[in-house]
Amino acid sequence: MAARETAPERKEELREMARICERVPAHAPQTFWEALQYYWFVHVGVITELNPWDSFNPGRLDQHLYPFYRKDLEEGRLTEERARELLQAFWIKFNNHPAPPKVGVTAEESGTYTDFALINLGGVQADGSDGVNELTFLMLDVIEEMRLLQPSSMLQVSKKNPDRFIKRALKIIKTGFGQPSIFNTDAIVQELVRQGKRVEDARCGGASGCVESGAFGKEAYILTGYFNIPKIVELTLNNGFDPHTNKQLGLQTGDPCDFHSFDEFFTAFETQLRYFIDIKIQGNNLIDRLYAKYMPAPFLSLLIDDCIANGKDYHAGGARYNTSYIQGVGLGSVTDALTSIQYNVYDKKILTMPQLQELLRANFSHDREYRRRFLNETPKYGNDDDYADAVMRRIFEAYYNAVDGRPNVRGGCHRINLLPTTVHVYFGRVTGALPDGRLAREPLSEGISPVQGADRNGPTSVIKSAAKIDHIRTGGTLLNQKFTPQLLADDDGIAKLTHLIRTYFRLDGHHIQFNCVTAETLREAQKSPEKYRDLIVRVAGYSDYFVDLGEELQNEIIRRTEHAEF
Amino acid sequence: MVEGIIFDIKRYAVHDGPGIRTTVFLQGCPLKCWWCHNPEGLRDWPNETFVKQSYAKSIGRVSVETIIQEIEKDLLFYEESGGGVTFSGGEPLVQHEFLRQSLAECKRRGIHTALDTTGYAPADIVQSIANAVDLFLYDLKLMDGELHEKYTGVSNSLIHENVKMLTANGNAMIVRVPLIPRITDTDDNLERLAEFVRELNGVNTIHFLPYHQTASQKYRRLQIENKMTDIHPPSEDEVNAVKNRFEKQGFLVKIGG
Ligand code: SF4
Repeated sequence: MAARETAPERKEELREMARICERVPAHAPQTFWEALQYYWFVHVGVITELNPWDSFNPGRLDQHLYPFYRKDLEEGRLTEERARELLQAFWIKFNNHPAPPKVGVTAEESGTYTDFALINLGGVQADGSDGVNELTFLMLDVIEEMRLLQPSSMLQVSKKNPDRFIKRALKIIKTGFGQPSIFNTDAIVQELVRQGKRVEDARCGGASGCVESGAFGKEAYILTGYFNIPKIVELTLNNGFDPHTNKQLGLQTGDPCDFHSFDEFFTAFETQLRYFIDIKIQGNNLIDRLYAKYMPAPFLSLLIDDCIANGKDYHAGGARYNTSYIQGVGLGSVTDALTSIQYNVYDKKILTMPQLQELLRANFSHDREYRRRFLNETPKYGNDDDYADAVMRRIFEAYYNAVDGRPNVRGGCHRINLLPTTVHVYFGRVTGALPDGRLAREPLSEGISPVQGADRNGPTSVIKSAAKIDHIRTGGTLLNQKFTPQLLADDDGIAKLTHLIRTYFRLDGHHIQFNCVTAETLREAQKSPEKYRDLIVRVAGYSDYFVDLGEELQNEIIRRTEHAEF
Repeated sequence: MVEGIIFDIKRYAVHDGPGIRTTVFLQGCPLKCWWCHNPEGLRDWPNETFVKQSYAKSIGRVSVETIIQEIEKDLLFYEESGGGVTFSGGEPLVQHEFLRQSLAECKRRGIHTALDTTGYAPADIVQSIANAVDLFLYDLKLMDGELHEKYTGVSNSLIHENVKMLTANGNAMIVRVPLIPRITDTDDNLERLAEFVRELNGVNTIHFLPYHQTASQKYRRLQIENKMTDIHPPSEDEVNAVKNRFEKQGFLVKIGG
């Protein structure tokens, strides 16, 4: 191509491309451009080998590229503009990523293929110092200009990073495409160290996929599947019988009508929970053995430390760290369900257990009064209400104790994290009515976010509730907050949101993500206000819950939001 | 301890003073502004139906202790952002005993306090709480006495005396003005307002709060006569014109608190 090209500039560019492709990845990259190309070859290698990583990604891109960037600038090989263009091309490569077809439930939730490549920006360096550099900001520019779904991007925010780093990102977030999400580096480091990793490895790690913590390049951390925690409540209520499949799926932990206290109920719940976790772990171990035996990944094993030194494949426990995560789904739903049982059946004696069972069996069809009570007059997670939040902590401990530290077959252990991807919708479909007033088949709550519409005291109380989880003992949690762009309209709004994030992270929160809502969502909220009680909009000089506003004003805000969209 | 009557508590209030705040709305107001957007706060004693029902909020009749617990929940957010608590209303000075004790408890805990007030209360009452208030958000509406009386139901002389007294004593203050076309947003009113504020000791910041029709629904629901049916929110141009006008005169202006 270079030989045929007549434009001298392009000719030179093609020559350089050819030279780089000859050189990397066989040899270590020397320049910024070579480093990008090097990574891309590796990426393609990993995903064509087996794609066992699913969310394979360049990790701490601003850290890795910075030395090349500085050196190239100093030696006059590169300009900021050229670096920007190369990064944009790099982003496009991810976006045009070859996509394996989706099937089944995954395809139903979303037809878009995403490889969950999550680029980490900021954070700390191996020695613990501030990792934000010029390249971090350049990459944020690229994210803003490109507005691509893939690769996804995130901020690692440490207490050592400057506020301007968060503020820059919020200016992108407010344009409403859900990126970048925001992570707490100091929490991630503590999580990884608690799991027994070296502190330097932890500092060079981050989050991949959705929110999962890992020691990048040194760990085989496998997400082994999602766990429907609210379903356990349904099974406990039915003595281990599943009304959905009409089968005795669980243990016979006793007819709840015979339980005299919430403690008894909770013990039964915990027994069911352990029973299913045991099944899950047995299955995981089986799968791990199959992988180790039949699906070696030699190329990936070249890349992940210490596979070579250990003489073991990535799938057989060759990596320095080997973690198996079980992702708990529906923390908000299960908390509200159990809280409602404790509050309405045992504490306030509003109704009896047989009455509750009957209501749920009938999916509340002949009832108005009880469901209204469950929805509106029962404590809910997400309101900084210690009654509900204490139940949440109890569930967390039960889940944690059932999973954490149990060995896998790769020489590592099982750990928990709390994230749903999109499976809370599917899990909802196989879960019957719940005591918090949720109807059968409706989606469960996602991540550690409160049940849709259950939080009514604004974002600080959501954060306070979410921070009652001991995030440090997880390998990642996911918290979603909805905002309209108007709330971030001026610098003051951005500064206050920055403080909100900082406070959540001071409380050890792992991750928070702001969805700036679109006009479409607002229209949806107008139609089904009960699902959007937590939606905050900026009205004029003040903000309010969208569903509390009059219809005319709602319409006005919808128009305004449409206007602000792209 | 005395009890107070609260008709709402708003956490993550970001337009009622510096930083992230909790705004506590106290029931009752001696004024009757045509444009009042909290008509449910006007009655002296809340009818339960006017109080927003919510499980997780302490609303209605509450003790100082309860309100302080509620305020303290967001302590870390205040610290992080330089925020605190704002008492608003209604007119919080109506329940001055409850207000005084609540303010004192906040001060004792090192929480920054703001008071959103019309200033319409006897001078000795205003004076008795002033030391515990870090920042006054002081509402000025109409400079003309007759017009003030027409649109709010009371004279503005007490309001003006109190604001002079407070500023003369060195209390920190931001002046807040509802911006309502044809009522407060008139040449005459704005000119007199600028003159008046310039004379106040140490006041340089004015927040204009553009009128909005969010409350029309509430008026209908509460069956209170709404006299503002033919008044519309100011346009962006009108708002900017006011902003420029005051900025030119050296004031720090913010739209919407
Ligand atoms: S002073 Fe405030 S609360 Fe009182 S009537 Fe006027 S607008 Fe309403």
